[in-house]
Amino acid sequence: MLTLTPADFGAIALSIKVAVVATALSLPLGFLYAYLLTYRTFRGKVILEVLVNLPLTLPPVVIGYLLLISLGRNGFLAPLCDLFGLRLIFTWKAAVLASAVVGFPLLVRSIRIGMEGIDPQLIQASRTLGAGGIDTLFTVILPLSVRGILAGSSLMLARSLGEFGATIIIAGNIPGVTQTIPLAIYDYASSPGSERAALALCLVAVALSVLVLFCHEALGSRLSRRD
Amino acid sequence: MELRMAVTKRFGAFDLETDFTTSGEAIGVFGQSGSGKSTLVSLLAGLAQPDAGEIWLDGECLYSSSRRIDLPPQRRRVGIVFQNACLFPHLDVEANLLYGYRRCAPENRSIDFKTLIGVLRLEELLKRGVNRLSGGERQRVALGRAILANPRLLLMDEPLSALDDSLKFQIITYLKSASEEFRIPYLFISHSLIEVRLMTEKVLAVAGGRITGQMTPEQLARQRMGQSQVGYINLLDVELKRRLGGLYAYRWGDTELFVSAGDDAPRAVFELSSRDIILFKKHPEAISARNLLKCTVLDTFPSGNKVGVELGCGGRKLVAEVVVQAADELAIQARSEIYAVVKAASFRRLG
Repeated sequence: MLTLTPADFGAIALSIKVAVVATALSLPLGFLYAYLLTYRTFRGKVILEVLVNLPLTLPPVVIGYLLLISLGRNGFLAPLCDLFGLRLIFTWKAAVLASAVVGFPLLVRSIRIGMEGIDPQLIQASRTLGAGGIDTLFTVILPLSVRGILAGSSLMLARSLGEFGATIIIAGNIPGVTQTIPLAIYDYASSPGSERAALALCLVAVALSVLVLFCHEALGSRLSRRD
Repeated sequence: MELRMAVTKRFGAFDLETDFTTSGEAIGVFGQSGSGKSTLVSLLAGLAQPDAGEIWLDGECLYSSSRRIDLPPQRRRVGIVFQNACLFPHLDVEANLLYGYRRCAPENRSIDFKTLIGVLRLEELLKRGVNRLSGGERQRVALGRAILANPRLLLMDEPLSALDDSLKFQIITYLKSASEEFRIPYLFISHSLIEVRLMTEKVLAVAGGRITGQMTPEQLARQRMGQSQVGYINLLDVELKRRLGGLYAYRWGDTELFVSAGDDAPRAVFELSSRDIILFKKHPEAISARNLLKCTVLDTFPSGNKVGVELGCGGRKLVAEVVVQAADELAIQARSEIYAVVKAASFRRLG
């Protein structure tokens, strides 16, 4: 019989919380980022392009380490954290940050693909009908990017549920505090006799991923039906 | 409406350079594709910036490179009806129609929503999603949406090109009646001479990024007769009189015309090319063509290597064309009498 311990339930709840918070916090920023890359021309745009895609190619451990040294006591982002009274390292918020950074490129890419599919003449139409740039952004571009936003959010949510490398470096693997599903599986896998417990959590991870993808498909087809 | 555009714009190998002033309520912009018509539209609406120059509309400066003025599109009050309707797919018909209206300053709102949907016959469509509209309905909604934004100038950018022939002429009726009813001056951009003739009272001819002339649609049609594949197209407004076997007899002025391609509609417009009219100096004895019209030559005009002959016939006018030699042989000159022969199959129904 595969059973889950209270600690496992804690890890599942934390995983979901981290993934949802990371995706929710990244959404507005990801949308703006995609908008800038799709519709604006400015100097240094190529740097933004490279920067956003970097986490896709870097090993997550490297990202975790870079975050750790920038947010650590002597890191260049430390004063900023102090200013807001934020203590991130080795808390669940660090896990959110790790997930957000690693999943951000997936979010931006999907939203951008959605935006690039919008007929530019619709935007011109809205401008000539009296809508300014920001008005057009919220009344035309945003609603027409919904599919991209949905796709990006599901990808990011799924990716966040599985985030391991960056999380273990900046959030650690503290049961009940920062231990998410992948970290708990890692713990079980490295202690003898816990194969069944590891397998049980693996099944939960699979079920969660399937659920996310299923919801994505269902919402997507509802949107198509609406058209 | 008075418009002055003195601008230059370069796109790679193409460059647009215009300097014109025009005024009127129904102005055509005619030219082949790639002549610069669409660039002109973008510059005027503020969707693209000229490299240099000035644009003035009704005494207000919309753009001036020297004075660093560049009104954004939403403040120009220049509406566009695009070729492909460009309705917002996430909004229903009513929300599309009201998109511009809600953004128009209250002091500029002079068009009543209810009157407009009456004129364009949109009552039944209001709650429908825009993906469930036919091509003609989409274009009517697009027109309504542009008009409800209360523009001071409406740019109709090839609004009929995506529609099939029979729909085109229905939509022309709507375009004209709505602009007239709500007194909105328009620029009608098209590569179709017939559309321009039906829609406008003055035309700017565009070619190679330059305005090559300003004239009446009639002058433009005559000027192009010699080089056009189809000659000059006469537009005949007729009334059905009776059916005669396989033919339809129509009243055209004081004359009766026999047409093969008729139908039972009481009124119709037919096209007749100047090339399908044969001229005879004397009454021909027996001919197979069903229409023999006794005409008076009102005027002649040169067009390329052809001579256009304007004929008066039963109180109406008809333009025929002959080569220069034929004009000399028949001694065609103003006030001379002549017979025009037209086959019943030469008439093409418009719409």
